[in-house]
Amino acid sequence: MANTLLAIDELDVAFTIGGKQYPALRQLSFEVREKERVGIVGESGCGKSLTSLSVMGLLPESAAITRGQISLAGKTLSAGLREEWHSTRGRQVAMIFQDPMTALNPLMPVGKQIAEMALTHLAVTRKEAKQMALEMMAKVGLSRIEQLYGEYPHRLSGGMMQRMMIAMALICQPKLLIADEPTTALDVTIQAQILALLREMNRSTGTAMLFISHDLGVIREVCERVIVMYAGFIVEDAPVQDILENPKHPYTAALLQALPSVEKRGQALYTIPGRVPPLTERGGGCPFAGRCPRAFGICHTITPELDTGMDGHRVRCHLYVEGRLCG
Amino acid sequence: MRFYIRKLATFLSTVLLVSVITFLVFQILPGDPAEIVLGVDADPHQLVELRKTMGLERPAAERYASWVTDTVTGDFGTSLRYQRPVADIVAERLPVTLSLSVMSVGLTLLIGLPLGIYIARKDGQLSSMLLSVFTQLGLAVPSFWLGFILILVFSVTFKLFPTYGYVPWSEDPVGAFKSMFLPSLALAIPGIAVVIRYLRNTLLDQFRMDYVRTARSKGLREKSIMYRHILRNSLIPVLTIVGLLIADTLGGSIVVENVFALPGLGNLLITSIGTRDLPLLQTLVLYIAIIVVLINFVVDILYKVIDPRIRLKR
Amino acid sequence: MRWNQLVRNKPFMIGGCLLVLLLGLMVTSLFYTPYGPNDMNTAMRLAPPQASHWFGTDNFGRDIFSRIMEGSQTSFVIGTASVAIGLVIGLLIGAIAGYWGGWMDEMLMRIIDAMLAFPGILLAIMLVSVFGPGFGNTIVALGIMSIPAFARIARSGFIQYKEFAFVKAAKARGASSLRIISRHILPNMASPLIVASTMRFSGSILAEAGLSYLGLGVQPPDPSWGRMLSEAQPFIINAPWYVFITGAVITAMVLGFNLLGDGIRDGFDKKR
Repeated sequence: MANTLLAIDELDVAFTIGGKQYPALRQLSFEVREKERVGIVGESGCGKSLTSLSVMGLLPESAAITRGQISLAGKTLSAGLREEWHSTRGRQVAMIFQDPMTALNPLMPVGKQIAEMALTHLAVTRKEAKQMALEMMAKVGLSRIEQLYGEYPHRLSGGMMQRMMIAMALICQPKLLIADEPTTALDVTIQAQILALLREMNRSTGTAMLFISHDLGVIREVCERVIVMYAGFIVEDAPVQDILENPKHPYTAALLQALPSVEKRGQALYTIPGRVPPLTERGGGCPFAGRCPRAFGICHTITPELDTGMDGHRVRCHLYVEGRLCG
Repeated sequence: MRFYIRKLATFLSTVLLVSVITFLVFQILPGDPAEIVLGVDADPHQLVELRKTMGLERPAAERYASWVTDTVTGDFGTSLRYQRPVADIVAERLPVTLSLSVMSVGLTLLIGLPLGIYIARKDGQLSSMLLSVFTQLGLAVPSFWLGFILILVFSVTFKLFPTYGYVPWSEDPVGAFKSMFLPSLALAIPGIAVVIRYLRNTLLDQFRMDYVRTARSKGLREKSIMYRHILRNSLIPVLTIVGLLIADTLGGSIVVENVFALPGLGNLLITSIGTRDLPLLQTLVLYIAIIVVLINFVVDILYKVIDPRIRLKR
Repeated sequence: MRWNQLVRNKPFMIGGCLLVLLLGLMVTSLFYTPYGPNDMNTAMRLAPPQASHWFGTDNFGRDIFSRIMEGSQTSFVIGTASVAIGLVIGLLIGAIAGYWGGWMDEMLMRIIDAMLAFPGILLAIMLVSVFGPGFGNTIVALGIMSIPAFARIARSGFIQYKEFAFVKAAKARGASSLRIISRHILPNMASPLIVASTMRFSGSILAEAGLSYLGLGVQPPDPSWGRMLSEAQPFIINAPWYVFITGAVITAMVLGFNLLGDGIRDGFDKKR
């Protein structure tokens, strides 16, 4: 089995608003192994993006890690040390974002922005950095690269820009690539191309991937393992196939039910009733209890533990003990 | 290319309109310009004489046309009071106003830009409160009164600078700088307030942009994010302000030159009103307005140079 | 916008208090001033501030406080009247340009652009130099100076709102242009226009001070803060308080209107 690359251990992140603390991530523990493709799925407001920002050390000013730690390749990432972040971000972990149209500096030629990444982290000359950028642009499937190098972002399409972002993210051969909803803002046909590219890059470069999406269908395309988050908690964590065939948590089941598929053609699409409770309205008990069709007494008072079954399938639900359904 | 042609056309048509407005105000609105020059109770014979020298017996359109042709060919007319070509008089006075404007805009940027960047980076409660007090005061103070206060503090109390008067740069550069410093500062302070406030808000807006998050995720240091990415993106809004600022400085110098008795265009303008020197007045006004339009034109062109996204829109 | 929201807004409250104070002075001066503004007392020339003369006296022994009080009338009247002129004409131009668009818009906006080429008080100086100084001419000149600001706001407001669904719906119902403008468009433009009015008010006060300082604005015997400043200038060394106090009062009034405008804008912004 491959070594552990990213380890998040009992992480709590909280927002401070008007002097009061609101926990946004709770008891977050998971690992990403080398070369692994892990997805995080959940509705908006579940803490997916916050998880990725914690790993990048890019939490907004009002949020902070209150407990737990993150380590990358055996080294603890400490929020306090700026210098460490500069050599980690981009070099060890790189990130691509939801909207490629705004993620690039509008006033700098795109090629330069890619080369800048190499210049920052690698001991290369400007010329070498440019050469690396051009090679990387070719690798992510862009053509007319010499010409594209000097173009400004507004002249490119969304798909091209996301390819640029991927080229930029991978130019320093990071160990981990975080992709935060990388295809959400793109056309469906482009989406498929970008997903295929990400899979291909993972295979050819061995960069592990943490893929964040609200769409289980997209995650299914790319990932080997999926972590389901709800209201700041991990509620389920298992191999993709396992989850698709045998979802344990009622929330996962609901997400699956809401997924369009060939068999469900012609039927009205299922939607999960209710909404993710906002930060300020989160109390004790199971976070999903309020919307759960199978909730019973204890669910409203005691937060279930994240329980690991024999096969490593983790689930946070009172219905399961040691991975087996009871009650 | 179409962009530049269109902008040039705008520039030329605005200049044309400016000349029409100037002509209307000085030649048509008063009814009889000669009466303006000589006063209501002027001697009728003198009036007739003057009308002839000013060419007032011709129709307005013809007068306008010949005024424009003369001006374009470099003949700015003759001052009634000085009996000399207006162009010569303006050439004498221009260096004063020019150095006043350049120094004042220079001071504004030299003080305003670093302070604005500093305050945006250290966005604390105390600094933002001090900033708002300073900017609000800076915007509310009449610049000529500020001139008095500066004289009182720096000339009378500390005797660092001369109270008023002008020393030409060619005679004594240090003295010239000293004589220009207080008036420039008086003109600059409201501008500094504007620049700081504007730059800070622009930078704070930029900090929140996605591309800055991307830059951070690349592992760039805050300094290079600021100077390589954010500043350039903030340049467009700041450039707009600088354009307005130069125009404001020109307008403000009319009053401030009179406070400090600097023999510049503003001073000449007020004198020419006092002496009812209509040809001089008319040319001076046109001259100042064209400078302003020219500045706007340059700013428009610079936009395009800085930001390749800019296209024609209105 | 709610009243209690505004009360909690610091700029609005500070600006409001300053203006209430100045307005109080102005109203009082209509009935009472400590001394006659033009009463000379040769025994008390250039006296520093003291119990009997709060702001001291000028070179003729006139009470500066009384003169400031009386001068506030000029500032308020000129400010109000010039803003009113600018608002009405500017609104009209902006409405025509924005509502009808096309070549009319292009032409009117070019003229407005050209007006802005005369920086600061130059436009006012031009008009006053032709029509002569004085109270009424100053008002007209400053009013014309205010037109561009209002015209631009009105134009962008009209362009923006005439595309809105409710305006289109009103049009489809067959409402007349005038009715659409007065019932649907104008109320929606109230906030930027109010803010611009306060800002132009400060602009007019500053411009009046400048004009009168140059001797091109309000003429004696009409009182004016700007002219007081030019009268005070020769005594800047012997009677610094004269210059200082007069300028500080002008600053206070301008500050008051600016803060009021900022506060109102904050209030409107939050509502959205």
